[in-house]
Amino acid sequence: MNPAILSARIRKKLHAAGSSPFQLDVSLEISPGISILFGPSGAGKSTALDCIAGLLTPDRAHIAIGDLVLHDTEQNINLLPEQRRLAYVFQSLALFPHLTVGENIAYGLAALPHDECHQCVKEIASDFHVEELLNRKPADISGGEKQRVALARSLVTQPRALLLDEPLTNLDAQLKTSIMNDLRDWNRARNIPVLYVTHSRDELDTLGEHVVAMDHGRITSEGLPRDVLDAPRSTRLAQSAGFENIMLGVVTELREADGIMRVQLGLACNIEVPLGHSAVGDHVRVAIRAGDILLASEKPRGLSAQNLLEGRIVSLEQRGPLVIARVNCGALFTVHVTPRATRSLELAAGKPIWLVLKTYSCHLVND
Amino acid sequence: MGALLLSLRLGLCVSAILLVIGMPIAYWLAFSRWRGKFLLESIVALPLVLPPTVLGFYALLAMGPHGPLGKFWLQIFGHGLAFTFPGLIIASVVYSFPFAVQPLLVSFEHIDRRLLDASRVLGAGRWRTLFRVILPLSLPGIITAAVLSFAHTLGEFGVVLMVGGNIEGITRTVSIDIYDHVQSFEYAEAGRVSLILLFISFSVLALVYGLNRRAWSPWPSR
Repeated sequence: MNPAILSARIRKKLHAAGSSPFQLDVSLEISPGISILFGPSGAGKSTALDCIAGLLTPDRAHIAIGDLVLHDTEQNINLLPEQRRLAYVFQSLALFPHLTVGENIAYGLAALPHDECHQCVKEIASDFHVEELLNRKPADISGGEKQRVALARSLVTQPRALLLDEPLTNLDAQLKTSIMNDLRDWNRARNIPVLYVTHSRDELDTLGEHVVAMDHGRITSEGLPRDVLDAPRSTRLAQSAGFENIMLGVVTELREADGIMRVQLGLACNIEVPLGHSAVGDHVRVAIRAGDILLASEKPRGLSAQNLLEGRIVSLEQRGPLVIARVNCGALFTVHVTPRATRSLELAAGKPIWLVLKTYSCHLVND
Repeated sequence: MGALLLSLRLGLCVSAILLVIGMPIAYWLAFSRWRGKFLLESIVALPLVLPPTVLGFYALLAMGPHGPLGKFWLQIFGHGLAFTFPGLIIASVVYSFPFAVQPLLVSFEHIDRRLLDASRVLGAGRWRTLFRVILPLSLPGIITAAVLSFAHTLGEFGVVLMVGGNIEGITRTVSIDIYDHVQSFEYAEAGRVSLILLFISFSVLALVYGLNRRAWSPWPSR
């Protein structure tokens, strides 16, 4: 069997609770292997999965795996969920409470003769290390075991693709890694597309080879986890990717030859950022990680970093192995330093300080 | 004793019929996205607030020789529907309708929708999902519906009096029997029958409440 790509172009109007309706408009090409769909809650990730699985009907869509069309608005094709042969593990897992683990796993094998079904259940149970649990009810097993059972139940049906909706979010990192390794081992032989949805950036580093970031129903960037995390394109995405400083500014000068432009943040804080599609006078948002900012007690010299800002420490707050400093340089910056650096620089509230900021640590984001 | 047996027979017939027609209606009410379904819900709940005599009056009109139901029955069976056992069943089915539909509706609505989605994605069609997931998970509601409509039918008086009359062995149910005994000052007999009815009603309600408290629910709580 050729490895088949899951491709989905989906458009659907969403009526999210508590916010104005917006349009889900995504185009996904998911190759065999694990891909991650990343974005803040309410971005439309689960809706996209529900459309792919056939549980929701999109307004317009073309969804296919390889040559097999699952949904096509123009050709009037819309396979029922039970005809799509996809595996979908929900956030709630949705194990049947009245059936044993074994019966849960066998649920999707109704068409097989009894012996064959039994054999398949045994095999997948051993792949996901749940063979001891087959006679127990879902209520009597642990959280991690439930996740394994849910995976086994979905995958025993030999699906064409696997959809995962934040199934591991509540597990500790070690358990998560061990379950994902079992999934990778299982998929090595089958090589089906796996689409893993999450809003947690911690999961990006451990899980994914390929990341698709989305927000407000649209795909904002795509690529390796590092690339997507380091260059968020939207404010909400930047927030969930851990950018502590997201500041509004006005473009004051463009230097196209140098590939930079100058932006004024707040009243009197001018910084240099990479050139964006902006004109002088445009309002832009700049995202900077608190850990990418250096502090200096005196004006530093001979640095490659182009942004030197003079300011005053407003407050210091220790949180575990991290000190969070707030610095006023005409705009308020959040800076992360170590307790040791705090001591050696004798940082204290009210003390004058210099901020050092690389041009390429400043990222332009959209609303 | 004949009256009690007649009532039990009536109760069993009514609760069986109500399960059969109540289930699709409750299913539709629980899973339909039609906005106007509150109208059907109101109709289903109507017998809860209407005086039994009003219901019985309309039932009698419908079953009479000029009523739609009565005419239809006459054409097929050659005799009228009013003051017969089948007529009693039809009126009782209407009267106990909410007692069957409500518990079914509540238990259908309480099923996690993701379980139904999971069933579909795992390749089960609507029917298999119904029989493997929805019905097993609604078992307490189904038993409650059966028991409540049985008990409610057992205790009805007004509707029976209106459409059944008081024909011994055919339409004289236990509640009318008790009334008759009291009317003719046979207090000992009335007391005996009342006690039996009280006992049956209590047992049946204890069964329902025990079930809903999950005292011996078929499935362990999650």
